[in-house]
Amino acid sequence: MIDRVIYAFLSVGILGGLLGLALAYAAKIFAVKKDARVGELEENLPGINCGACGYPGCAGYAEAIVLEDAEMTLCSPGGPDVAAKIGEIMGVEVSVSGEKMVAQVMCRGTRETSKTKYEYDGVEDCNAMHSSFGGDKTCPYGCLGLGSCIKVCPVDAITKTDAGYLVIDRDLCIACGKCIDVCPTGVIKMIPYNAKDIVACNSTDKGGLVRKYCSVGCIGCKICDKKSPEGGFVIENFLATIDYSADGNRAEAIEACPAKCIIDLDAVE
Amino acid sequence: MTYIGIIITFVFINNFILTQFLGLCPFIGVSKNVESAVGMGFAVTFVMSIAALATWAIQNFILIPMNIEFLQTITFILMIAALVQFVEMFIQKSSPALYKALGIYLPLITTNCAVLGIALISVRSNYNAIESFVAGIAAGLGFLLAIVLMSTIREKLDSEWVPAPLRGTPIAFITGGLMALAFMAFDKALLNNLIG
Repeated sequence: MIDRVIYAFLSVGILGGLLGLALAYAAKIFAVKKDARVGELEENLPGINCGACGYPGCAGYAEAIVLEDAEMTLCSPGGPDVAAKIGEIMGVEVSVSGEKMVAQVMCRGTRETSKTKYEYDGVEDCNAMHSSFGGDKTCPYGCLGLGSCIKVCPVDAITKTDAGYLVIDRDLCIACGKCIDVCPTGVIKMIPYNAKDIVACNSTDKGGLVRKYCSVGCIGCKICDKKSPEGGFVIENFLATIDYSADGNRAEAIEACPAKCIIDLDAVE
Repeated sequence: MTYIGIIITFVFINNFILTQFLGLCPFIGVSKNVESAVGMGFAVTFVMSIAALATWAIQNFILIPMNIEFLQTITFILMIAALVQFVEMFIQKSSPALYKALGIYLPLITTNCAVLGIALISVRSNYNAIESFVAGIAAGLGFLLAIVLMSTIREKLDSEWVPAPLRGTPIAFITGGLMALAFMAFDKALLNNLIG
């Protein structure tokens, strides 16, 4: 009995060892010279393989930069710092304009605040739900809340609050845009990292209609623009949005908004 | 005569993909165009024939003398994994384009059940060294035949209208199913009629 154990141990061990040696030797003979810059680039990329650049992972992007002359500014998680580093390695001056952007869910409507038109009892997936009459919410623009974006987010920046709406942590968000791609209603938008306030609504229906199906939806009443003219509120298609180049105080508008859909991000998080 | 019998058996009657349903992963994954399908087919053929021979040697010179045949699976896998690694290095060096086209499926031959399948089947059929080798080549050629047929069909399908829910992999599976039905025409009776 014991000799079988020893034989088994020895045969597998020796076989594995010999094969390993043979492979190590073969690896030397068949070694393929790689451009040293590829490895260097890979080290400087964030390494989270989010795919925001459009290449398969950071390694794929590093290779594309060297071999296919890919754009050097495609890494949105890395931002300007990484782009500058890439330029340094490739010996090119890279200038990145624009500020850091993050994604945010422009809806705070839960099943309590927004009317539903039917009882959904299917797969926990926004796109699945959206294929049945555009989701169970009467509002066709809002967040369906099943969290498909939570599943695709590579850095777990999106969380569902106890109240039932979704928020994106701007410090964790890497702006890869995957949530925006997966969201069937397009309720997730890019905003500047420094943005203090958002109008948490995506509905372009008329005020009266919005009021019927959602208690926290923007009705386009323009009170915000009147109360805080410096705040950069732009009302188009019955929906207020904020032009973030204006940096006035929006506290009065937040106070006055009848639907309370202007959210001070610092206060919530 | 036995060699012809083995070849016909593994290419047509017991075609690994279309009759035994082994190695479906590369069959679906690499059959999008003929060029990479041929490359994959030959890579698998090479690995299968060498693996059949190498595992025959392991079986007869190591496992049986030491009376430890129960280690078949693990030692065979070890051998196949090393072989695939070797093939991968070789292809990367000799043909980077083919290496790129095969992509992830090349390392996947390591865990391809068709390769382990031929090793176990030839051991179980008590083949000698040459018979094992021939069986490996034949099984690989059967794989090549199936994947090349599949890829030509899929290239044609690309220009045809396919209902949206069936586009891509689903229609490939349906195609594979129909091909498997067609291959049921090859059976033992055919072999007997051919070579008596």
